[in-house]
Amino acid sequence: MVWVNDIIQGVLLGGLYALFAAGLALVFGVMRLVNLAHGDFSVMAAYLALVIVGSLNVNPLYSLVFAMIVMGIFGYAIQRGLFNFAMDAGPMQAILATFGVAIIVQNLLLEGFTANSKGLDAGRIENAFIRISNQVVIGWFPLITLLVAVAVLLGLQIFLSRTRLGRAFRATADNQRAAQLMGIDNRHLYGMAMALALAMVAIGGVFIGIRTTFSPSAGPLRLIFAYEAVIIGGLGSLWGTLVGGIVLGVAQVLGDHIQQGWGILVGHLVFLAILAFRPQGLFARQAQ
Amino acid sequence: MMLGQGQTQTVKVERYTRASRVALPVAAVIIIAAATIPAWGSSAVMKQSVTFLTLLALAQMWNLLAGYAGLVSVGQQAYVGIGAYTLWVFAEKVGINPFVCVIIAGVVAAAFAVPTAGLAFRLRGGYFAVGTWVIAEVYRLLVTKISWLGGGSGVSFNSVARIDRGTREAVIFWLALGVAVGSVVLVYFLLRSRRGLALTAIRDDETGARGLGVNVFRSKLWVYIIAAFGTGVTGAVIYLNLLRAQPEAAFSLNWSALMIFAVVIGGLGTIEGPIIGAIIFFALQQFLADYGTWYLVLLGAIAAGVVVFAQRGLWGTLVRRRAVDLFPVRRRLCLETVCFVEESPRQSGEELGKLTEGGFGSPPEPGSS
Repeated sequence: MVWVNDIIQGVLLGGLYALFAAGLALVFGVMRLVNLAHGDFSVMAAYLALVIVGSLNVNPLYSLVFAMIVMGIFGYAIQRGLFNFAMDAGPMQAILATFGVAIIVQNLLLEGFTANSKGLDAGRIENAFIRISNQVVIGWFPLITLLVAVAVLLGLQIFLSRTRLGRAFRATADNQRAAQLMGIDNRHLYGMAMALALAMVAIGGVFIGIRTTFSPSAGPLRLIFAYEAVIIGGLGSLWGTLVGGIVLGVAQVLGDHIQQGWGILVGHLVFLAILAFRPQGLFARQAQ
Repeated sequence: MMLGQGQTQTVKVERYTRASRVALPVAAVIIIAAATIPAWGSSAVMKQSVTFLTLLALAQMWNLLAGYAGLVSVGQQAYVGIGAYTLWVFAEKVGINPFVCVIIAGVVAAAFAVPTAGLAFRLRGGYFAVGTWVIAEVYRLLVTKISWLGGGSGVSFNSVARIDRGTREAVIFWLALGVAVGSVVLVYFLLRSRRGLALTAIRDDETGARGLGVNVFRSKLWVYIIAAFGTGVTGAVIYLNLLRAQPEAAFSLNWSALMIFAVVIGGLGTIEGPIIGAIIFFALQQFLADYGTWYLVLLGAIAAGVVVFAQRGLWGTLVRRRAVDLFPVRRRLCLETVCFVEESPRQSGEELGKLTEGGFGSPPEPGSS
C-alpha cells in the first residue's frame, strides 16, 4: 500500500509539471522556440504573487488572477519587443536571447528578494487531506493542483480546436508561411502564444509556491522538469505532456522512496532512458 | 563571373590576409610578454590573469561548438566539473603530479562526451540545448551522491596546496596561458583543415554539405568531443587555481552563461570574437565586482541585445566595415588582382556576391553598401 500511496503522490506531482510543460509545449508548437527562461518566468510569477499577498494581505489563490494577467501582458510584451526580433535573426539567436533573459531574471530576483527561500501561505487548505487508508493519504491541495492542470489542458484543447484564435495557432504551427498568406499576423500571434503560455506558467508558479518554497535559483530546475515532461510525453501532443509530467512525478516520488534524496536524479534517468529507447516520446504525433 | 572570354587567368587560393601577417608577430610578442608575468606580477595579478585566460579558453571552445558546428549547448559546465573532479581523483587518490593531471582531465572529459553526444544528438536546436543541460545536471547529482567523490560538500586539492606557493602560482599561470593560446591555435588549425572546411559548409548549408558528401554527424561529433576536451582541460586549470571544488559550483550553469555571453558579445563564428568578448566580460566583472550579481544582469542584457540587433557581435560588426581578419580561416579565390571573399558568417543574403577590390584590407568599393 505504501507503493500505491507513492504512485498517487507522483501522479499528483505530475499535474504540477504538466502545468509548466503545457506552456513550454505551446510556445514550441506555435513558433518553434524553446524558451530557456520558462522556469524563471514561473519563479517570477511566484514572487509577483508574494508581493501582492504581502501588500494586500490576501490569500495567494486570489493573487493568482492578478499574477496571470501581469505575466500574460509581460509575455506579450517580451515576445513582441525582443523574442520576435531574435527569431527573425535565426533559431540559434532566439535560443540565446531566451538564455540571456533567463540569466537576467534570475539575477534580478536575486538582487530584489535575496537568495532566501520564500513560501506562499494559502492557509488551511495546504494541510487538509483525505485519508483513504492508514497508508494512503491524499492532500487536498495536490489534488486541486492536478484537477487545475487537467482543467487548464482541457481549456487549452477547447481553445485550440474551437476558437478562431486557436485555429490561427494551429495553422501557424502547421505552416507559418501559408498561415501568414491567409492573413494571420504572426508577430501578434506569437505574442498571444507567449502571453497564454506565461499565464499558464503563472498558475504553476503560484501553485508550486504554495506547495513548497522557492528561491530565485529555482527556475532552471523547473524548466528542466517541464522539458522532461514534454519529451517523455512526445512533442506535439498536449495530453502527452500530462502523461509525461505524471511519469516524471511518479519516477521522482518512487526514486525518493527507494533512496532518500535520489528522486530528481531518478527522474532525469527515466528521461534519459526514454530519450535512448523511445526518442519520439510516449505519445508522439506521427511526423508528417 | 568576371572572367572575360578566352582570357587566361592565374587562379590561386589565398588563405592569409595582410592583417594576419601583422597579427602573428604581434600575438607572439604579446604572448612572450605575458609569459614573463610570474617574474614580476603580484599573486593577485596572476590569479586574475588565470581567471581571464581560462575564460578565454572556455569561450573559444563554446564558439567552436555553436559558431562552427551549430551546436548550442548550455551543458558545457559538465566538462568544467568533470575536469575539476578528474584532477582531484588523479592528483589526490592516484597521486599523479597535479599539473600532469590537467591533460588527463581533458581526456576523461572527452571520454564522457561520447555517451553524452549519443543521447543529446538525438535532439535538435533548443531541445538539444536543454538536453545537454539535463545531462550536466545528472553528472552533478551523481557527484553529489557519491561519497567517495566528497559528496555535496566538495573536495580540496591538498596535493596542489602543498606545492611551494611561488612555483604553484607561476606554473598555474603558464598552464592558463597555455590553454588560452592552445584553444586559439586548436580552433585556428582545426578550421583551416579539411574538417574545418566541412564544418564551414555545414554552417552555411547543412543539406548542401551533406549532398557534397560531408558526414555531418561525424563532423559535429568530432567538434563536440574536441570542445569537451578543451573545456575539461580548462576546468582542471580553473580548479588548480581555486584549490577547492564543490559540485554546485563546478557544475554550475554560470559556466555556460559566461561562455555564451563572452562569445555572443564578441561575435559568434569568429576566432577574434571570443577574445574580444572575454575581455569585455572580464572587464565588466571586475568593474562591477562590488555590486553582487549585477554584472550578470548587465552582460545578459548586452548579450540578448547583441544577439538580436547586432547578430555578428562586436568583432563581426567591425569586420563588416573593414575587411580585417586576424585569424583567417577562410579561403579566397584570387584571379590576378581580384579576390573573391568567401562570405563571413551570418552575413545577410543581399550582401552575397559582393567582392572586395584589390585584395586585402581595403574597404568595399563605393556604392556597394
